Amino acid sequence: MFRPSVLEEVRPADIPRRQIIENDRSFSWITQKVCGIVEGRTPTWWWVAFIICALIASFTLMGLIYLVSTGTGVWGLRNPTFWGWAIVNFVFWIGIGHAGTLISAILCLLKQKWRTSINRAAEAMTIFAVICAGIFPLFHVGRVWFGWWLFPLPNSNAIWPNFRSPLEWDVFAVSTYGTVSVLFWYMGMIPDLATIRDRVPMIFEERLAGAKTALQKTFEKLYFGFRKYFYGILAMGWRGSNRHWSNYEMAYLLLAGLSTPLVLSVHTVVSFDFAVANLPGWHTTIFPPYFVAGAIFSGFGMVLTLMLPLRAIFGLQDLITQFHIDCMCKICLATGSMVGYAYGMEFFIAWYGSNPYEGFAFINRAFGPYAWAYWIMISCNVITPQFFWFRWARENLWLVWILSCFINVGMWFERFVITVTSLANDFLPSSWDYFSPTIVDVFTFFGTFGLFGVLFLLFIRFLPLLAFAEIKSVSKQADVHGHH
Amino acid sequence: MSKPYGYIALFESAPAIYHAAQSVREAGYKRWDVLTPFPVHGLDGAMGLKRSKVPVFTLCGGVIGFITGMLTAWYMGQFDYPLIVGGKPFFSPIFPFPVAYELTILLAAFGTLGGMFITNQLPMHYHPVMNYDKFRHLTDDKFAVFIEAEDELFSETGTREFLENLGPAEVAAISDEEEE
Repeated sequence: MFRPSVLEEVRPADIPRRQIIENDRSFSWITQKVCGIVEGRTPTWWWVAFIICALIASFTLMGLIYLVSTGTGVWGLRNPTFWGWAIVNFVFWIGIGHAGTLISAILCLLKQKWRTSINRAAEAMTIFAVICAGIFPLFHVGRVWFGWWLFPLPNSNAIWPNFRSPLEWDVFAVSTYGTVSVLFWYMGMIPDLATIRDRVPMIFEERLAGAKTALQKTFEKLYFGFRKYFYGILAMGWRGSNRHWSNYEMAYLLLAGLSTPLVLSVHTVVSFDFAVANLPGWHTTIFPPYFVAGAIFSGFGMVLTLMLPLRAIFGLQDLITQFHIDCMCKICLATGSMVGYAYGMEFFIAWYGSNPYEGFAFINRAFGPYAWAYWIMISCNVITPQFFWFRWARENLWLVWILSCFINVGMWFERFVITVTSLANDFLPSSWDYFSPTIVDVFTFFGTFGLFGVLFLLFIRFLPLLAFAEIKSVSKQADVHGHH
Repeated sequence: MSKPYGYIALFESAPAIYHAAQSVREAGYKRWDVLTPFPVHGLDGAMGLKRSKVPVFTLCGGVIGFITGMLTAWYMGQFDYPLIVGGKPFFSPIFPFPVAYELTILLAAFGTLGGMFITNQLPMHYHPVMNYDKFRHLTDDKFAVFIEAEDELFSETGTREFLENLGPAEVAAISDEEEE
């Protein structure tokens, strides 16, 4: 093959690669930065936020106690909208969780190294979102103490669950999703927990030297005695052996490979709850991909909403860089546009399919009694992400944060529009009604944000917020051949 | 101190530990290990490690999960309590597929995690190497090569000299007795 002779003389320079971590931070700087969040004294803002979140969470508790003691009627589940609020919230929270698994699993398989800075917090978000999601379907069955009938366990009637029902598939999909997310999250944390365990004696000595009274000293002794066992047991005796790392990395890759079809299947199965029904507006094959794209969209919205404040509070700008924020904004843009495409395609198919009920369902959505919800959905989900085409928008962090909040709101309204507009105006005009949630509905849902906040605050206080062993492995000085 | 459990050599950087691992392997030691704060890429090759056996556990978990899912739906719907629902068949491999699929993933994930623990012999909350006074740095920013006294090539002076020739920051002996 002809090769220009100049190529033999000129050696092209390496394309400069973007550094994942800015300012060439050392390994110990990274350890200190992330472990410092767990090891330092509890900041005042943490207590304030914790108490506020706990108070908000109590709304959910009170709402559920009232529901169980009175009956599901207090939730506004009545003809024709029997699903209403509970399923809206369930689908919303499950969707929030998806970014966590997506970042951990799919980006791991695609060798996107930037995931390491945000995957841990996003995985934690997934687990807490699934916990919030589980509350709604569990309690909307009414007699919640029979919830275990959903599982294939022998009961006194000797009747088994109906595996032909998408609602039963949901039970398996969501419980598998929750369990595998916990396994993935925990396994990824083991090396970081070992680091925190090994630092306990050092921090203890520092604290003991700072303690003045005997009471303070006793407190520090008890507290660090607890920490030693807490992190010691969780770290499973990890000692950083390369023989361990070899198996660990293989296991991590396999879990990523298992979680990828899992995350795609969970929202697909959730969409089957709708798509398998014959109701106009639900009975469409676009639902599985449309729901998955929407879930990823809302999940990344929530990751941005949470990570931007944390980055500022803990000074993590070198680890969660502008590049990370750019990447997340671009994913929001892509998935948001997919959702926008799905909205358009639903209208097209309703017209093209010439089904009068289908056509009515969509015209009614846009111009009927719920038009206000529909247009909130469109403006939040279709217009908002379009700002992320522009670099100035992605670099204005306040704007990104506000837009990410809009995405969360918009995606809640999307589920509301899908669920309520189809149910409230079904085939029989005589049964039509306008759905409005009760006060118990509103408070129970509002409270789940408090529950989510409580769990997330506990997470940032006691567990490593960033996967720092992985961050170290993608940094410049980790390369054994001295170039990158 | 009685007979040491082994010798440990401390290194400051990832390239240094990579070359040290190559040297120890070439010297023919069998019972040795490298301790690093993060997975150093290429180190498996330098140490001459074989491919991990974790995928075997994953596969077993997945197969058991799929069979369990299908058998459950068949046993409950066709065998133990046949019940017509919506005119659908008592059993077909199609409708319980989501259930079998999720169980495949669930048990494969448990297999993977369990496989990681079994192949690594974890949890093991005590190991002699944790007696090393700089062990704390090995999960932070330092690297170490560790040769056990059980190794056939091990000799108290020879191994120490060998490790010192690799250019470490320090070489230390590890005892298997917990310090009081």
